[in-house]
Amino acid sequence: MHSFNGRPGSISALTLGLLLLVGLLSSPAWGDSELTIQITRGTAAGIPVAIVPFAGMGPLPVDVASVVEADLARSGRFQTLPRKDMPQQPTTAAGIDASQWRILKTDYVTIGRLVPNGAGLAVEFEVVNVLTGQRLLGYSIPTTTETLRLAGHRVADMIYEKILGIPGAFATRIAYVSIEGPPKTRHWRLVVADADGENARVILDAPEPIMSPAWSPDGTRLAYVSFEGRNPAVFVQTLVTGARERVSGRAGINGAPAWSPDGRKLAITLSQPDGNLDVFLLDLDSRQLTRITEDPAIDTEPCFSVDGQSLYFTSDRAGRPQIYRIGLAGGKPTRVTFEGAYNARARIAPDGKSLAVVTQDQGAYRIALVDVDSGRSRVLTSGSLDIAPSFAPNGQNVMYSSREGGRAGLATVSVDGSVATRINGRAGEVRDPAWSPKL
Amino acid sequence: MTRVLKMALVVAFGALLAGCPKKPTTVPSADSKSAVSQASTAGVSGDATGRGRGLAEATPMGDTNVTVQSIIHFDYDSSAIKPEYTAVITSQAKRLAANRTLKLRLEGHTDERGSSEYNIGLGERRAQAVKRALMLEGVAEAQLATVSFGAERPVADGHSEAAWSQNRRVELVDAGR
Repeated sequence: MHSFNGRPGSISALTLGLLLLVGLLSSPAWGDSELTIQITRGTAAGIPVAIVPFAGMGPLPVDVASVVEADLARSGRFQTLPRKDMPQQPTTAAGIDASQWRILKTDYVTIGRLVPNGAGLAVEFEVVNVLTGQRLLGYSIPTTTETLRLAGHRVADMIYEKILGIPGAFATRIAYVSIEGPPKTRHWRLVVADADGENARVILDAPEPIMSPAWSPDGTRLAYVSFEGRNPAVFVQTLVTGARERVSGRAGINGAPAWSPDGRKLAITLSQPDGNLDVFLLDLDSRQLTRITEDPAIDTEPCFSVDGQSLYFTSDRAGRPQIYRIGLAGGKPTRVTFEGAYNARARIAPDGKSLAVVTQDQGAYRIALVDVDSGRSRVLTSGSLDIAPSFAPNGQNVMYSSREGGRAGLATVSVDGSVATRINGRAGEVRDPAWSPKL
Repeated sequence: MTRVLKMALVVAFGALLAGCPKKPTTVPSADSKSAVSQASTAGVSGDATGRGRGLAEATPMGDTNVTVQSIIHFDYDSSAIKPEYTAVITSQAKRLAANRTLKLRLEGHTDERGSSEYNIGLGERRAQAVKRALMLEGVAEAQLATVSFGAERPVADGHSEAAWSQNRRVELVDAGR
């Protein structure tokens, strides 16, 4: 890759390999667009941008500019100018007539081109501030016809970061569980898709429940719970190869896997013969188990602190479930949540300052953000059954499971509550989303 | 990647899928460090995932010649066995005490509300409550196994108390001899 202004921004070979091999494992019955995303709440104050159609090399399978435009629009932070309203469709920065765009109150214009690049191609794009005439960005991203969407997400990430000063999270993926069929013949699938729901691939298909997918910090593996054999076990599956290991299949419950920040350990929930659930640390290399909690109550749903030195977990030791924090070196757990009768399934924000939790609110289950230091809680959602929160790697949005009209789908909400989207599966239910780290 | 190579890989995966159920599925011992083979991963999409192992379905109790009720329902957020289920516990306990080779699997379930993994804990609590009640009636611990599905396996598909009350349950499933 060559950069017009010297900053690196190439797509990693790893990501490309991932797409190709996982693609081979996919079920042929699954189309590329398994999920549909709808913006259900947005701000009117989005930054006005225009993404001009990129100049092509003839017909290509993906309209890259529309991928960029959809990403930016879905974030709620930008207002994108419809193509039919564009005064011109330049393909170079020099071709932009700033005055024409200023009349339309557009602040930033993005233009781009697809050009041959060795055996593949490259997406060249430039972003111009039409108020100042300044060129903000100019990059060339090498790609292939198979990875054009990913290139588009990279472009959107770079624009988002340049204009807002916050890293984007468009070139990421999500894992979720898809459930189809009536109770008796229900079928579970573990699916990995791009963050916009495209390129959905089934990585596990089972006639028994699949739960709690969790991305390894490097984004190459998923830990999850599978009930195949009618008993729950924790598995770790490498996405590129499809190979997997059963890392915990003890008698009783094996559940709620959470990765340590260094990717070498899993916090998991195990049960004793008397059915008591406690949180343990499993070293993935040595397979050594270390007990972390010891209480007759239900202790489960661990989540590492950002520094990896402590765990947040759900416990009903005080009667109803609340979030506690315990140091890995030992000591007594301290209670973190106090507002509301029910707080469970904490996930830590990337900055370590807040937790997304499931909270009981006016008889419903909703997603709340809890300030770690003060314990102050703010309810972000308004559904009847909103569970399983997962942070975007840039900390700007939370994805969660949401039941609406009797159907379980996914949804996102921005951490300030101003932007919300609803993501429905094509058929059946989708739930248990896990947002990948930055890939 | 060439089209031919892609096809070859697809065929190879197909062969793995087709071949898997014929082989005895080797389940590694608990916490085995050995990787589950590629074939087993593929095998998950087949039907060699437990239903063939005699664990999955309640079998007709032909030799006892009686119908014993085998589902106990619970109140919201409770693992207390309600008085109307005392007879279920007693009749099941009699059957198991009379034949020590019989084994029961106690499958705990919750309704859909609340966090999934916490619900796994609540379902286990219900299964354990039934286990203790059966043991108090003379059933040997070795005859009883528990598992919790949390909210993952509802019997009723609705989203109201009518469905929830059916889904908060422990199923007593014959697990062979």
